[in-house]
Amino acid sequence: MKFFNTILSGLMGALLPFAAMANEAYEGDMNPADQWDRLWNTILLDITVIGVIFGVAAIWMMVKYRAKSPDDVGSLPKLTRAQTMAWIFIPCALFLADDLFLSAKGWSLWNVYRQVPEDALEIKVTSYQWYWEFDYGDGIVTEELTVPVGKPVVLRMTSEDVLHSFFIPEYRVKEDVMPGRVTYIWFQPKKAGTTVATCTEFCGTAHGNMYTDVIAVPPDDFTAWRVKAKAEAENES
Amino acid sequence: MSTETETFNWKEWVFTTDHKRIGVLYLIGSMAAFAVAGVMALLIRIEQSTLGPTIIEDGTTYNEWLYFHGAAMILAFLIPGLTGFAANYFLPLMIGAKDVAFPRINAFSIWLFYAAIVLALVSIVIPDSPDIMWTGYPPYSITTNANTAFYVFTVHLLGFSSILGAVNFLVTVIYMRAPGMGWNQLNIFVWTTVAAFAIQLVFIPVLAAAVTMLLFDKYLGTHFFDPAEGGDVLLYQNLFWFYSHPAVYVIFLPAVGILFEVVASMAKNRVFNYKACVYGGILGIVIITGEVWVHHLYVAGMPDWLRIGQMVTTLLISVPVGLIVLSLWGTLYKASITYNVAMLYAAACFFLVLVGGLTGIPLALTVVTVHLSETSFVHAHFHFIMALFAAFAMFSGIYYWFPKMTGRSADGKLAVFSFWSNVIGVNVTFWPLFIIGVEGMPRRYWDYEMFPHFEPYHQVATAGAFLIAIGMAGTMINWIIAARSGEKVGENPWKSKSLEWTHCPSPPGPGNFPEDVVVSEDWTPYDYNK
Repeated sequence: MKFFNTILSGLMGALLPFAAMANEAYEGDMNPADQWDRLWNTILLDITVIGVIFGVAAIWMMVKYRAKSPDDVGSLPKLTRAQTMAWIFIPCALFLADDLFLSAKGWSLWNVYRQVPEDALEIKVTSYQWYWEFDYGDGIVTEELTVPVGKPVVLRMTSEDVLHSFFIPEYRVKEDVMPGRVTYIWFQPKKAGTTVATCTEFCGTAHGNMYTDVIAVPPDDFTAWRVKAKAEAENES
Repeated sequence: MSTETETFNWKEWVFTTDHKRIGVLYLIGSMAAFAVAGVMALLIRIEQSTLGPTIIEDGTTYNEWLYFHGAAMILAFLIPGLTGFAANYFLPLMIGAKDVAFPRINAFSIWLFYAAIVLALVSIVIPDSPDIMWTGYPPYSITTNANTAFYVFTVHLLGFSSILGAVNFLVTVIYMRAPGMGWNQLNIFVWTTVAAFAIQLVFIPVLAAAVTMLLFDKYLGTHFFDPAEGGDVLLYQNLFWFYSHPAVYVIFLPAVGILFEVVASMAKNRVFNYKACVYGGILGIVIITGEVWVHHLYVAGMPDWLRIGQMVTTLLISVPVGLIVLSLWGTLYKASITYNVAMLYAAACFFLVLVGGLTGIPLALTVVTVHLSETSFVHAHFHFIMALFAAFAMFSGIYYWFPKMTGRSADGKLAVFSFWSNVIGVNVTFWPLFIIGVEGMPRRYWDYEMFPHFEPYHQVATAGAFLIAIGMAGTMINWIIAARSGEKVGENPWKSKSLEWTHCPSPPGPGNFPEDVVVSEDWTPYDYNK
């Protein structure tokens, strides 16, 4: 057992620098969506490198080791005990290192995604088959989401009927919406414009038609919109 | 198997307790499910080929197709094809046994399986056929007008069938190995089957419980999943994926096992680092598989700490899978590879498992799924690893064992043409879905009017689906023709060292082996290069 303990502790020591490398990634005040894109590029590079190494190795062996005659047999040597151990522990250490590296990066950004800034604008979202309702808390209730540019927005979401999931591809956020629980997401629109929010949990016949506009407007326009929307809401009631 | 001189007697098939006939019945049943579910896939792709309604007017019919496609492909094609057909026919042969431990229970399993297939097929034609996806999440599966009961009873029947099969095969491998055959002399396929059945035995009851609660909620007025009455919708998702993620390995492992058999036989090589593959890779997966299901619930509102914990366990799966992959790759090293149709499918599997496996890595990261979950990126990922890889491995195995089952070879021009149509088709179909998935295209959408710019990608994918359809039809026709009039080949055309090739005729008769099999201490099924 002492042999294994030595190897294991050596491995763990070797892995620490990889985990530490990941920590420097998310400094600075980047928008969560931009940070997501950066993480995505890192992962894409990571899996592409692994894929190319294994893919090229496979093609190389498939071409090089074609049978010369039907009676040929392969000549893969039997591994010695040391080789066996090396072929277990070295690859495992490399796989683990990559796992920990990606975990650490994923975890850092996860913390950003789950810690809502204190100054966030809070909007309540209720889902129905097959539309959303956005409640701004001051009598304004809409079926389209209007948000100010540059300010964090948190959505507190619940469902009145079946499961739904609120997904804004542009802002890289999604969370299921369900009866009996309140879930949340937050995001920070970077520039003015209209994008789409769409349902990503199967909810029945019109699941594929359940979407709405997310309209990001400059802060001044948002204030003006809110005053106007409130006046309209009061007129109706 | 009957030869031309014998007359066909249906009773010999319906009431058979012979593991080989039961295996063939599993093959026929699972291929029937595959064909119908494949037609559904084609309809799905046709509907998505244009913006707005294409061949149907609203989403309900589309959802019924999706339900059947998913449920039938996984529960009635992949699992029974791999653990039913391949294990039934070849596992007893590989360990030198005359049959399985409990032949009558085996016969009962196949009856249950056919009952389930019939129930599943009936569910297509009834009014209000299920539209609840193969996952059947409540509350929708409870509030819908559709017949959720068909789903529940199909799962029950298949579950019973699998549990009986699991007990049967575990006992068979433990007690019925040929004299002299130690654990380190088993075929990799035997090990992967043992692992798959161990997983089935532990996890199926949980799925059965989940769908039974669904049945009670919908028809008997209980409130397991109704928050208004103190229930919880997430309970179902946890129970469902506690089985259904391990089910991925129930499919993946036997597929890998078949691949090892084909590659070792065609490469005439020993398996690279056998013990690492078996004890680290295959058994490693069995150990970790029960701790990763939450990655299906990353955006379902689980507690944050749990989502992070299972991100780490999910990534850890890459270690045993990595060991298996190394053994598979290593088996090609200094090999002497003969290419035939079985080996072509096996070679394609090397690339399918790379694409499918590596695209799973981003999906293991909680924060990445915040954007990617339930998009067509996920859809393409699991099709590569589960559907395409497993189906190609199964096809590889069928071509490999075809001479054993029929005495004839299925290789030929039609087989090679179908292979290329399949392999090009799957790439043309699923790569565009990766791309639009990253851009935000959700799964399970019958229409996508909010993303009109994805239309060309959907059209390419649909074109690919037609290539696959041509390839699959060609493959099936080829097998039927070859079974009747393929070229007769000897008992061991691949010069394999595995027992099913070296010790029994093609096709094997009742009792399998003309003489009792005894193996020596230094025998292995991969004895090419001592």
